[in-house]
Amino acid sequence: MPKRLVIRDIEKCVGCGLCMFACSRRHGEIGNDYSGILPVSLSGFERGATVIFCRACVEPPCAQVCPTNALTPRDGGGVIYREDLCIGCKNCIEACTIGAIFERRNGKPALCIHCGYCANYCPHGVLGYEEVEA
Amino acid sequence: MKVLKIDLSKYRYEIEDRKDLFEEWIGGTGVAVQLLKEEMDLRADPLSEENVIVFAIGPFTPAYPLASKTVAMFKSPLTGNLGESHAGGRTATAIANAGYGAIIIKGKSKKPVYIVVHNDKVYFRDARVIWGIADSLIVGRIIAENEKGRGIRTVMRIGGGGSNLVRYACVTTETYRHFGRLGLGAVFGSKNLKALVVVGRGSRKIPNRHKYKEIYEKILKLALESDAMKKYHLLGTAVNVNPLNELGALPTKNLKATKFEKAEEISGEALAEHNLGRRIACSHCPIACIHIAALRIPYETEPYFYKTIMISYDYEPIYALGSMLGIGSRDGLLKLIHKVEVYGLDAMSTGVCLAWATEALERGLITENETLVKLSFGDVDGYLRAIDYIVKQPNEFYKVLAQGVEKASEVYGGKEFALAFGKNEMPGYHVGHATHIGYLIGLRHSHLDNAGYSLDQKLKEIPPPHEVVDKLVKEEAWRQVLSSLVVCFFARGVYKPEIVAEAFKALGYETSPEELKMKGEKIYREKLKLKIKMGFDPDSLRLPKRIFETECFQGRLSEEYIREALRYWKEKYVLPLV
Ligand code: SF4
Ligand code: SF4
Ligand code: SF4
Ligand code: SF4
Repeated sequence: MPKRLVIRDIEKCVGCGLCMFACSRRHGEIGNDYSGILPVSLSGFERGATVIFCRACVEPPCAQVCPTNALTPRDGGGVIYREDLCIGCKNCIEACTIGAIFERRNGKPALCIHCGYCANYCPHGVLGYEEVEA
Repeated sequence: MKVLKIDLSKYRYEIEDRKDLFEEWIGGTGVAVQLLKEEMDLRADPLSEENVIVFAIGPFTPAYPLASKTVAMFKSPLTGNLGESHAGGRTATAIANAGYGAIIIKGKSKKPVYIVVHNDKVYFRDARVIWGIADSLIVGRIIAENEKGRGIRTVMRIGGGGSNLVRYACVTTETYRHFGRLGLGAVFGSKNLKALVVVGRGSRKIPNRHKYKEIYEKILKLALESDAMKKYHLLGTAVNVNPLNELGALPTKNLKATKFEKAEEISGEALAEHNLGRRIACSHCPIACIHIAALRIPYETEPYFYKTIMISYDYEPIYALGSMLGIGSRDGLLKLIHKVEVYGLDAMSTGVCLAWATEALERGLITENETLVKLSFGDVDGYLRAIDYIVKQPNEFYKVLAQGVEKASEVYGGKEFALAFGKNEMPGYHVGHATHIGYLIGLRHSHLDNAGYSLDQKLKEIPPPHEVVDKLVKEEAWRQVLSSLVVCFFARGVYKPEIVAEAFKALGYETSPEELKMKGEKIYREKLKLKIKMGFDPDSLRLPKRIFETECFQGRLSEEYIREALRYWKEKYVLPLV
């Protein structure tokens, strides 16, 4: 069965960004340019923190607006991303209702492809990697 | 590594590649010393256009966990000498991801502005509308809503303290972290700079993926599983209140005592039990040592109406605004911390200034004509109002008090109990000789320079002064490496020389523990030289009498011992550089 990245308990997020750095590391990069997950404060850390990432739509609007099929629906929700096909039009960034597609320095998107890597690095049990119905 | 230079007088900026500097001086403190030397007329008035601010990060950001700090260097308006202050939050990773090793701010804007650095672009924004907002939390919120870059940015701003040039105003980042000591906030204020926002999205290739993964995991594991950081996991730095009180080392009521009868009430344990509402972390830190208390306050006039404010607490503000002022109620303490947070003041300096003012009032050196409000140890409301006055400075007395306790005691007397070292207000430890020698010879006059307070607790018996000095300098030299990397000092148990060398290797740099230690010594000397060039004179260091009157953990301290230590330090470490 396919798996996806899930939230176990969002209230426990401390905004440390270990997940974000893990996601770029997966691409052999130090930093955040390739990261498909974003730790944000809730209008200031007074109100705590949360993470934004793809929630694995079954009918992904981002893929529907992609002119080149760089984004295609993935079994179990979300999308498969083929960067070599991407022309950097940013349609997908506009289309994602929750703002889970981020713009890289080269104008192309960074987004979560549900590999599960970052879940191993969340020190506070916020993230999990779970099987879903295909 | 790139350096971004921003000139506020001309509204211009340039980007330079300074790989040379980072290779020789690591980053952070090491690089900031060099950049300040290059960029600044060292005789400049700290509040003039000529003062220069350097923010520097190191080669481990954002490669490794806990490399989460940024070093700020400038001329301090509090001491008139070198100012250096470190902060966490998201500043370091934002600067790194934006592609810089350092950001320099020069000149002075004609009108209030804030600066936005977005990767390789710099924008100057009109800040006239928000200049008068004294609440640094609100300033942060407004700027955050105006600007892009949620999640990948830092908003470093000042509140009323900085814009009114209180010489111990801080720069606040991500609501709860501070470039706290030595008055960077006033330097921002003097430049008409309300905030510096840095938005960073970027990355660089990992040179050696296999080695890098290995050492990354090792560091993370050490941080999470070993004892090296346990202390900060649970109660945070507030864990220190009870043990220091038991040792007889907790400065209380302007250091008239070192035990506080209400310490338990304001201890890390009590705060955790009654108020701890949330914890958050600096960027790339697995520990989340930032402890935030929830304080529920009823409306004064409306029944069943409450507001809940979230207040970050640490050992230092608990000492300075708690025991030092005789405040034993948690609610009162939290209100004071919140007030200081709102204005963007350094908590330690504010507490020490108020403690001195309270005693000066008790002794009749000043009257309520000066203080405008009755100050007495334990009285929260009086202190809350006095903090307003420090920021608003409605009379001559508060104009002076806003310049620090050294200045205030020069004008009004009471130097014997004005607790400043090298003109910087005292941190929260009265443990023994090494503690105070540490404050005096530490190049930032900070307890974290060389951890004398910790040395005092470890010593079985009191060694001759020169041994203490050598130990402190050795510790401080190694800490120059840590603050050049720049890793959090709380992770010093993780980043041992061997680990640092290994971590460098995975990034493609060969070095050894020995070479690193040598670099630390070199940076120490460079910083001391810079201090001397800015007019530092070890003979002018003042020893407040109070520290010899009030017994501490080591008993009664000997003035002769400390003077001997200072003589030795000057002879061995200072004079060869003059
Ligand atoms: S990126 Fe956004 S639109 Fe696309 S699948 Fe994920 S959540 Fe849905
Ligand atoms: S930016 Fe790339 S992935 Fe996104 S819609 Fe355009 S082509 Fe497709
Ligand atoms: S699951 Fe994989 S792709 Fe998605 S955010 Fe985590 S590391 Fe990145
Ligand atoms: S690693 Fe966990 S706690 Fe940290 S930002 Fe990501 S989800 Fe939040």
